[in-house]
Amino acid sequence: MTEHSKKIGDPLLKVDNISLGFGGVQALSNISFEIREHEILAIIGPNGAGKTSMLNVINGFYHPQQGTITFRGEVRRAMRPYIAARQGIARTFQNVALFKGMSTLDNIMTGRNLRMQSNFFWQILHYGPARREEIEHRRRVEEIIDFLEIQAIRRVPVGKLPYGLQKRVELARALAMEPELLLLDEPMAGMNVEEKEDMSRFILDVNEQFGTTIALIEHDMGVVMDISDRVVVLDYGRKLADGTPDEVRGNQGVIDAYLGVPHE
Amino acid sequence: MLYREAGQFKTSYEADQAVFPIRQDRWVIAVVLIVALAAVPLVIEDYWTNAVMLPFLVYALAALGLNILVGYCGQISLGTGGFMAVGAFAAFKLTTMFPGMNLIAVLLLSGLVTAGVGVVFGLPSLRIKGFYLAVATLAAQFFLVWLFNKVEWFYNYNATGQITMPPREIFGFLVTGPAAKPAVKYLFALSFVIVFAVVAKNLVRGRIGRMWMSIRDMDIAAELIGVRPLHSKLSAFAVSSFYIGVAGGLLFTVWLGAAEVTEAFGIDKSFLVLFMVIIGGLGSVLGSFLGAGFLVLMPILLKNFMVGGLGISPVVAKHVEITTMGVLIILFLIVEPHGLARLWQITKEKLRLWPFPY
Ligand SMILES: Nc1ncnc2c1ncn2[C@@H]1O[C@H](COP(=O)(O)OP(=O)(O)O)[C@@H](O)[C@H]1O
Ligand SMILES: [Mg+2]
Repeated sequence: MTEHSKKIGDPLLKVDNISLGFGGVQALSNISFEIREHEILAIIGPNGAGKTSMLNVINGFYHPQQGTITFRGEVRRAMRPYIAARQGIARTFQNVALFKGMSTLDNIMTGRNLRMQSNFFWQILHYGPARREEIEHRRRVEEIIDFLEIQAIRRVPVGKLPYGLQKRVELARALAMEPELLLLDEPMAGMNVEEKEDMSRFILDVNEQFGTTIALIEHDMGVVMDISDRVVVLDYGRKLADGTPDEVRGNQGVIDAYLGVPHE
Repeated sequence: MLYREAGQFKTSYEADQAVFPIRQDRWVIAVVLIVALAAVPLVIEDYWTNAVMLPFLVYALAALGLNILVGYCGQISLGTGGFMAVGAFAAFKLTTMFPGMNLIAVLLLSGLVTAGVGVVFGLPSLRIKGFYLAVATLAAQFFLVWLFNKVEWFYNYNATGQITMPPREIFGFLVTGPAAKPAVKYLFALSFVIVFAVVAKNLVRGRIGRMWMSIRDMDIAAELIGVRPLHSKLSAFAVSSFYIGVAGGLLFTVWLGAAEVTEAFGIDKSFLVLFMVIIGGLGSVLGSFLGAGFLVLMPILLKNFMVGGLGISPVVAKHVEITTMGVLIILFLIVEPHGLARLWQITKEKLRLWPFPY
């Protein structure tokens, strides 16, 4: 258990009665939970439980058939993903989704694009505001690069990086957006123990130093119990449990789901 | 401590983000520019201007434009010939409708018109990708050529269907028409190409370039970090078509002085420019020049070698030339799919390790 000195606040995002189906498959049924300001919320559950779908609904990539999402007091059903980005929701993917032909630096710089203002005219000249802006954002990006300890791979096209580092660059790109809410889809999948420890530390640091609210999907129960403030358990598109790691660990339904008790 | 770091940051990032961070690169560019601007005009004559330099400059500009769309934004297009035709016919209509208009203004406006047309034909890219987009742009190619053939207004109702460029001056120098001096035509086209190359370089190394490349590499992730696909793709179509339109305008006004749409802007031109981009290097400004240089120069060298050197008849030589070019292109794609620009980069990296290079 970690001692968080931060203060967990009011709900930042509320999911109400969300249902999402694909043809015959009901990926999510009547899901409700909340993500509170400054907390780390883990979403767990077996494969196909609907965890990724849940994140996709939150940042507007999937549009639910039913239910609402309230972000910072604003109620919505669906939106375009880039609007979610504008509102401060960043995201990483289960299967790394980096810009493969671009360097680490350019990938992370793209995360700053939203904050860049200079118009087409200055961009053409690469002068004045455009140049100042480029340097100013480069400085922020270098801070993130230092923070995640990826200085050595700045210039490397990300397609050439090993998987573990790609995951880290993807986190860097999301951090570059300075999001209020950060959604991480299996940030440690496929990593060895050491890499997992590094990643856990980065996630905790982001949460503590920047106060970023984080919702993450993770399979490694050790990691989940270690770093999260609360846990939501999904199974077959339904919510099984919702509470502190200790509460969830003791929940009979969760134990059954994880021990593979057959569903009737 | 903090202060020192801050100062260091500033100087290093500025230097780091310069167009050519490496001093030797700057030297090469300077030498090339001096030769191109000062030495070449002194020696250039008709044959070299019309057979080598103007085609090279016009196609380098078109390749640059297509590379922005295909190489940077990842949207395929087979409509280059058609878009060049838009630029040429816009230049013709503007010149004949407003005889007093400055040629530079004519060409830039022709670029704008082509940008507009490009955006319209780029609209399908919001829904379709890859092969299907290629087919849609192919349709644009055929439609545009058909349009400029069919609607007589575009060629001022003359009987031949040809458009002809009247003489025009810039700063007192004749740039178009049969009496224009080769060196003047060359320098005029070269100035356009230099300015457009600098602009392209500026665009691709900043926010807009990253926006295009993010759409090219992973459009879903791009959208989730706030890139608008519609805005990105259409701006790439617009900028790309602007370049291609100006290239078409230059082709008609300065290089050929006259054009017939089917012959000058057919589907073969679309493929030619696409080959230039692929052979030169997708997503590389330098590559656009290398690709254009290769595909303009190679056929001439081959022909001179076969006809002049081996005494083969011109007709046979033409066939051999086409076949050889095809084989070369295929070989190239197998050996170095990243193009001439990558070969150049590899050579430079090797040079850096060389014992006493500088
Ligand atoms: N785009 C889609 N089209 C069809 N079915 C989908 C789609 N996305 C998810 N699903 C289905 O929804 C269910 C939940 O998937 P997912 O959210 O990826 O689960 P998890 O991330 O928990 O492993 C699965 O049965 C999956 O096949
Ligand atoms: Mg998943």
